[in-house]
Amino acid sequence: MSAKVPNQKAWFLVLPVVVLVAFNAVIPLMTVVNYSVQETFGDNVFFFEGVKWFREVLHSERFRLSLQRQLLFTGIVLAIQLPLGVAIALAMPRKGPWVSVNLVLMAMPLLIPWNVVGTMWNILALPDIGLLGHTLNAMGFDYNYTRQPVAAWATLIAMDVWHWTSLVVLLAYAGLSAIPDAFYQAARIDGASGWAVFRFIQLPKMKRVLTIAVLLRFMDSFNIYTEPIVLTGGGPGNATTLLSIDLVKVALGQFDLGPAAAMSLIYFLIIMLLSWVYYTAMTKDEVE
Amino acid sequence: MARIRLENLRHSYRARPGEDADWALKRLDLEWGAGSANALLGPSGCGKTTLLNIISGLLRPTEGIVRFDEQDVTLLPPDARNIAQVFQFPVVYDTMSVYDNLAFPLRNRGLAGAAVDGRVREVAALLDLDGMLPQRADGLTADGKQKISLGRGLVRSDVNAILFDEPLTVIDPHLKWRLRSKLKELHQRLQTTMIYVTHDQTEALTFADQVVVMNDGLVVQSGTPVELFERPRHTFVGHFIGSPGMNVLPATFEAGVARFAGHPVEVVPPRRAPRAGAVLELGVRPEFVRFADAGIPVRIGKISDAGRHRVVETQHEGAVIRLLVDEGAPVPAERGHLRFDPAFTQLFADGWTTAGEGPP
Repeated sequence: MSAKVPNQKAWFLVLPVVVLVAFNAVIPLMTVVNYSVQETFGDNVFFFEGVKWFREVLHSERFRLSLQRQLLFTGIVLAIQLPLGVAIALAMPRKGPWVSVNLVLMAMPLLIPWNVVGTMWNILALPDIGLLGHTLNAMGFDYNYTRQPVAAWATLIAMDVWHWTSLVVLLAYAGLSAIPDAFYQAARIDGASGWAVFRFIQLPKMKRVLTIAVLLRFMDSFNIYTEPIVLTGGGPGNATTLLSIDLVKVALGQFDLGPAAAMSLIYFLIIMLLSWVYYTAMTKDEVE
Repeated sequence: MARIRLENLRHSYRARPGEDADWALKRLDLEWGAGSANALLGPSGCGKTTLLNIISGLLRPTEGIVRFDEQDVTLLPPDARNIAQVFQFPVVYDTMSVYDNLAFPLRNRGLAGAAVDGRVREVAALLDLDGMLPQRADGLTADGKQKISLGRGLVRSDVNAILFDEPLTVIDPHLKWRLRSKLKELHQRLQTTMIYVTHDQTEALTFADQVVVMNDGLVVQSGTPVELFERPRHTFVGHFIGSPGMNVLPATFEAGVARFAGHPVEVVPPRRAPRAGAVLELGVRPEFVRFADAGIPVRIGKISDAGRHRVVETQHEGAVIRLLVDEGAPVPAERGHLRFDPAFTQLFADGWTTAGEGPP
């Protein structure tokens, strides 16, 4: 029996991952950090500015308004998509030939590229020729999402609900399918009402998947860019300028790399912090 | 409590059952007396859970009638039948406390306050759950959870029957023994009709006064533990109950004499003549086989110790015959003769005894 000689070969096994993560995440992020503390005047001339940009962004009215719009948007879509998704999942058949038909129909919106979704809704909602826009106007509603902030918001939210509720449905459905029949049988024997079955069996058993659903929907809706930029371009005025749209305006429109970098980092930290707080709160009393 | 009667019951999980194999329950008539302790015993897949779910109303039978006392309940849903059922895997309402779990079936029926509290505490005390009442149910071990399931079954004092579907499968062996005797004790106290489904003969025979043995969708025999042991109606019952199971030997039957390998064997007198061409077998339990000076000559094989007695394996022309010999009693060295107790040796035709009722 030969004794094991310690060596450092294991590092080579980790190397591919280290390289991948470095190029994929760490180096780009560090570039942003680098920009966020400097001022540039073109020609690759940089001056160190410390936390000036962070202070500026945090005190700016513009950032505050974008953040408010972003929080409002995320809040509204979560408040609609979660209950709606759970309700649809509950209504879907648990057995039989319709299961796969339903699942495919549900997965459909998720498979469509984001800018296509934006384009679809843009055309659909056009007040003169769009099916939705024209119909609404023909019914006597004064609807024009390119001019009215409320109409723009309603269209934006309708689009997001159409695009993403399916994700909640699929996750909730997976959670429901994992509940053994015995629970429903026991509930029938115990004389439980339909509401009690939902409240004491289905909802607790779906808690894990719904936690994930909220987390995914929170992060995705907070990061949303493609669909609103195609649909409304952030307008009318700044009415639908969400954080990401504002960020792109600062970075690529005005080419203010320093403030844009500081804004990205703040944006990133907000998402991370909220996700962490939420996830910790939801999983703190879990057993096992 | 109620008397439960099943009349001409058949069930199939298929929409249009045709041939025999489509039926999970192939036709049965059964009756359980009010306040009796019963077991449904059979191998996995024999239809016993199906039968239990039909009694509780979770399933509606394809054909036949279920009666509680005189009332036809075939079309009633479970909550209208006033029945309790405990499942194989523990079902608890995770987000509720142990107390609320036990109170749930009562509250769903509109009870409140002191009526609920009294029953919950009584049942908790019976099952040694009193210390855990305020705890959340999802933190408990599997047997703690199963005790809650049992408790929810026992908490309603007015149920027609309590049904148990292999309730001790997930329980640790030492607790299994305790819960089993607890159930027996509960039955004696409550005098509720109880039906206990299991594939474990020890559980069935210790719990029940009346045992129904099922195989392949049919009731093979229904009787007291002693009847199943001494008068198995089918070779399946002989195999399935007893350890080791009954000896089943090829036989012939001519002019009223049963023979095994040419040797005449005295049997319980057949009440009906076997059909011509039927497969004939002799069945005798190892408990009723003895060494004798004359009889069937055998070679002695393996001897294994089983506590108070030894199981001796003997052979005659390729057929294995097992017998039990008391500890300390002599066993012939290499060859000996066997005698079967004629009061407990039956002739079976196509699996069914000739000494009693024929196949259903």
